[in-house]
Amino acid sequence: MFKFIRNTLFLFVAVLSAQAQASLEIVITEGIDSARPVAILPFTFKGATLPSQRLDEVIAADLMRSGKFSPLASIKMPQRPQSAAQIDYAAWSREGVEAIVIGQITEIGIDRYTVSFELIDVLKGSNAASRQSLNAGRLGGSNEHILDSRETTINGSQFRQYAHRISDIVYEKLTGERGAFLTKIAYVLVNRKLEFPYQLVVADYDGANEQILLRSKEPLMSPSWSPDGTKLSYVTFEKRQSQIYIQDIYTGRRTMLSSTPGINGAPVWSPDGRKMAMVLSKDGNTEIYTMDIATKALTRITNHRAIDTEPSWSPDGKELLFSSERGGNPQLYSVNLLTGTTRRLTFEGEMNLAGSYTPDGNSVVMVNRIRGEYRIAKMDRQTRFLQVLTKTNLDESPSVAPNGSMIIYSTMHGSTQVLALVSMDGRFKARLPAVEGQVKSPAWSPFL
Amino acid sequence: MKLNKVLKGLFIALPVLTLAACSSTSSTDQSGADTSNMPQETVQVETVEQVMSPAEQMRQKLEALRQENTIYFDFDKATVRPEFIETLQAHGAFLTANPSVRVTIEGHSDERGTPEYNIALGERRAQAVVQYLQNVGVSAGQISTVSYGEEKPVDMSRTEAGFAKNRRAVLVY
Repeated sequence: MFKFIRNTLFLFVAVLSAQAQASLEIVITEGIDSARPVAILPFTFKGATLPSQRLDEVIAADLMRSGKFSPLASIKMPQRPQSAAQIDYAAWSREGVEAIVIGQITEIGIDRYTVSFELIDVLKGSNAASRQSLNAGRLGGSNEHILDSRETTINGSQFRQYAHRISDIVYEKLTGERGAFLTKIAYVLVNRKLEFPYQLVVADYDGANEQILLRSKEPLMSPSWSPDGTKLSYVTFEKRQSQIYIQDIYTGRRTMLSSTPGINGAPVWSPDGRKMAMVLSKDGNTEIYTMDIATKALTRITNHRAIDTEPSWSPDGKELLFSSERGGNPQLYSVNLLTGTTRRLTFEGEMNLAGSYTPDGNSVVMVNRIRGEYRIAKMDRQTRFLQVLTKTNLDESPSVAPNGSMIIYSTMHGSTQVLALVSMDGRFKARLPAVEGQVKSPAWSPFL
Repeated sequence: MKLNKVLKGLFIALPVLTLAACSSTSSTDQSGADTSNMPQETVQVETVEQVMSPAEQMRQKLEALRQENTIYFDFDKATVRPEFIETLQAHGAFLTANPSVRVTIEGHSDERGTPEYNIALGERRAQAVVQYLQNVGVSAGQISTVSYGEEKPVDMSRTEAGFAKNRRAVLVY
């Protein structure tokens, strides 16, 4: 009788149309000197209407942020060749440049552009050039110095996306590992000055194209991507209790998945997309369950009076990793879903929380507490060697890029909660502060 | 405890107010021969204190309970500290006496650790309060819980003092 009937609209679904200004910027804090030098030449342009986005700038920023490459600043470029044939390999070699991206943009109609580029290996190019001069100017047979070359037609709005595509190709050719520059991140933005302080946001991995998917007066937590990258599951308190929802990021359609008494938390999609691991306290203790998304049938996975939480699937979907304080302090455990066999994985540090497997399944990424400091750490599953990767403060919510190259997590910068990146070897670090508000619970999308 | 004082004050004040309602004054009945030049003194208006209905009494008690509705916890702990027993007793007595009143126990944590672990910790703190209230006779049907974990801090400073203010359970009527 003393509760107000709360039929107020607590939230407001904004489908991808509501585009906020890009509110994340990237500040690289450590690790650029160990990276491999490359050169991304400004693309030559033939046409009347200059495209709004510079391809070379987006590509260079991508490669730099990967922590593996150090793109040469344009003022240091020894020459501005218009095509591969004009490259003076010796000059680029002297700058230590390993590879060059050179390309052209041709306007072929209203808002239509043909983009072509070549990725050139400077060492092999230099060898080819010397062979060419030995053959008295005739082109020496092989094109092996051209690592890749492509041509495509796009419209004016696709430049940024295509730049990420080129970055993916360059990264894969030079590292042998798939690039993750066309991926997205989901996160929760909290700005207490707003009428709807809690916002569920998706953006390109680099913080561009930020889109608000949901605004709420009550907290939002734990976004998790569907394996096909079209939906997010998350926790909402819009009814003054925790509930798990699925939301289609393109249509805005929301489906309530769980609303049991007590905790409905930590939803994580299984790799095959059919199940959702989650945490419920409906049976008294905080336990881990899996739900068949189609039938909503629940399977209880843990049964212990201690806190069990933070489920995370192994890449093959056969195991769940979770945090449990059954041993006294919270540590990471794995449970085989077929046999129920449970094993403790971590023993180092006062606490280990929020564990997840790397995509290759060889390592576990977690929040590790040693002497009261919460840091992101990585443990090799075979050797159990644990490496603390960060030096930041109050780190939480690590999420691994789908190619396993980077971890995004939330941390404190001054008195503000921000997102940060650290490479899997811990050498490269960057910060993604929001213009306003606190950013938390980042989730890196699968390959899109 | 402050709350208890407020409640005791209320219990003493109520009968006094009721007595006051029965008394009346008769200061309006003075002879007016020499006061004709001062018309402002010919009447004195007094009021009768209204007797509080049970609903109003309950509302007042609720107001008092709302003044002291937060239980604080130690780091990573969900044990009710002895200094908060009196507060919980007052809430328990009120809820037992008013079985139609419902209360939501919100559990909260500080911002250290992970959001998911803190949700579990907040739930535990809320449950510790529920356990206490049920032990003093409050029916389970009157109580619901919600854990907000670290999502709704009252102090954003991320200092030890701030953390201590955020590790709490709140009784919300």
